[in-house]
Amino acid sequence: MAPVAKRLDINGVQISTLRQGQGQPLLFLHGANGASAWLPLFEELSNAYDVIVPEHPGFGLSDDPDWIKSIPDIAMFYLDFLEQLKLSNVALVGTSLGGWIAAEVAVRSSTTLASLTLVCPAGVRVRGTPIADTFMWGPEESVRNLFFNQAIADRMLSVKPTEEQLTALLKNRFSTTKLAWEPRGFNPDLEKWLHRIKIPTQVIWGSEDKLIPAAYAEKWKENIPHATVSVLQECGHLPHIEKSDVVASKIHQLTGHAQ
Amino acid sequence: MKFVLFHLMPYRDLNFDEAKKYRSVWTLMPNSAYNPDKGADEYEEYIDQLVSGERLGYDVIAVNEHHQTPYGLMPAPNLIASALIQRTKKVKIGVFGRALPLVNNPLNIAEEFAMLDNLSRGRLITGFVRGIGAEYHTAGVNPAFSHGRFYEAHDLIVQAWTRSGPFAYEGEHFNFRYVNTWPRPYQQPHPPIWVPSQGSSETIRWSADPARKYPFVVTFSTSDAVSNYLKMYRTEASRFGYEASSDQLGWAAPIYVAETDERAREEARIPLQRLFNNYLPMPWEMLLPPGYSSMASTIELAKVRTGIGVQEQTLEDLIEKGTVVVGSPKTVRDRIASMRDKTGLGNMICLHQFGTLSNELTRRSMEMFSAEVMPSLRAKTLASAAAE
Repeated sequence: MAPVAKRLDINGVQISTLRQGQGQPLLFLHGANGASAWLPLFEELSNAYDVIVPEHPGFGLSDDPDWIKSIPDIAMFYLDFLEQLKLSNVALVGTSLGGWIAAEVAVRSSTTLASLTLVCPAGVRVRGTPIADTFMWGPEESVRNLFFNQAIADRMLSVKPTEEQLTALLKNRFSTTKLAWEPRGFNPDLEKWLHRIKIPTQVIWGSEDKLIPAAYAEKWKENIPHATVSVLQECGHLPHIEKSDVVASKIHQLTGHAQ
Repeated sequence: MKFVLFHLMPYRDLNFDEAKKYRSVWTLMPNSAYNPDKGADEYEEYIDQLVSGERLGYDVIAVNEHHQTPYGLMPAPNLIASALIQRTKKVKIGVFGRALPLVNNPLNIAEEFAMLDNLSRGRLITGFVRGIGAEYHTAGVNPAFSHGRFYEAHDLIVQAWTRSGPFAYEGEHFNFRYVNTWPRPYQQPHPPIWVPSQGSSETIRWSADPARKYPFVVTFSTSDAVSNYLKMYRTEASRFGYEASSDQLGWAAPIYVAETDERAREEARIPLQRLFNNYLPMPWEMLLPPGYSSMASTIELAKVRTGIGVQEQTLEDLIEKGTVVVGSPKTVRDRIASMRDKTGLGNMICLHQFGTLSNELTRRSMEMFSAEVMPSLRAKTLASAAAE
């Protein structure tokens, strides 16, 4: 079954969304590479949730308004989004850059949120353990470094992207730069407000994450003491792709849909 | 035609095999490879070379800014400009240029240039640039805001030079409650501003605007690109309703002169190949960080994947494409004259020392250029040029 693709106008910003399933709303916030494809994880989750996958402003086919200049701007945008779609009791899931956005949303307002799942999130800094510099990585390197299982990387690299896909990738890269170049991948103000997050929270990390080392999981745990932390073995920066079944079951567990 | 003696001040004592271990000598090659004794000698010699430009009849002697690279040892070009002012009397002093978006307080640039203009009693020519891609990595400045910061810093600096202070500056990127710089520039309303660039249509249009008419300098490009960009400038000027003068059109290129073409090629070969194949190269990710060029131009550039330092080039490639000017006095004269006749070019920015070129060969080439190339080019004006 194909998800429903829809353009939404949120306060004058047109964005693209994919949506499928029924039940508790689950809002998935993608990482720096966008969310143009409907992933196996979404398919699995849509058996139990109303899965909503928007493309952030500045990514994929969504508008790129000049006034969005930072991750906090995107977080405020998603508060508008939640309000306009009249969503409540939302299971919020964010990966990497999207995990950063999810945390910024949650510190601002959790009233519409039921739980928070952060998958290898960016957004905070561990002094002395810098994240890798994706802005220095070449195209092949970028794919290889994101996965522990190089067979996945091989498969991705063997597919030649279309012109449209290349344009979308470039747009995503431009937006990631705008949002995360300096300071590299974090907001110095986020950490001091993470205690505002009171909803059930979990942090999932790949033990072999080459972009944001798994040591960062401890930093999140330190600031959100009630969060559970899972470090998945033999997994890189994208557990939602590399270990999607594990991630799905962790989401089920946290939200009380344990199967 | 006017002649600018231009210097990058490269650090020559590099182990090039060692350098190959890094993605680029820019940003990533460890500075432990810098030997201060050798570096101090480089500065002394390079400043002497520039100072000799006055005796050799150059109109301008000029420096530029680069960061965290042996390609050029002038992260603070105004320091060199200040030294040059003290050792010369008449020659103009060019700083081509300061990278406006890379600083967080553009007023510092306004102040320093105003000081240099006073120290030299009006001999300063300033240059405004955006900096090279790698410098957005080293400065930590977000390339997504490069264009915006450039235009805004420019406006702020020009206002600081021309408006009576104190006034408030209210921008998107820069905000100052008090703008009231002392000293004011010596030249009125302000020192000339040149715009050296690899050429983007946006920059060219902005420079040619009648409100500015900033001289444009195409740097390190093939002769096709140079003539295209200079033509584009003239076209923009005529769209604005005026004819661009030769003073507004510049070309910066490595130039080497020797008695014969053969000898010139032999002597320039390794040093020039070092410049293009060892000092300049950097991967795409450093050359064009996202936002440094617009999305449209980045897509265009990605299609061809050419650009400075992307591919290895031989001396013959460089000569054939016209990126460098190498040969006997006659060859060099003819090359520059033909570019002048084709484009209306009025400012020749001469890079006589390049790559690992030795002091002795640099000085000989400069002397020969001054004695045997400059005079005839200077004599002719570009009467025929604009007719094209």
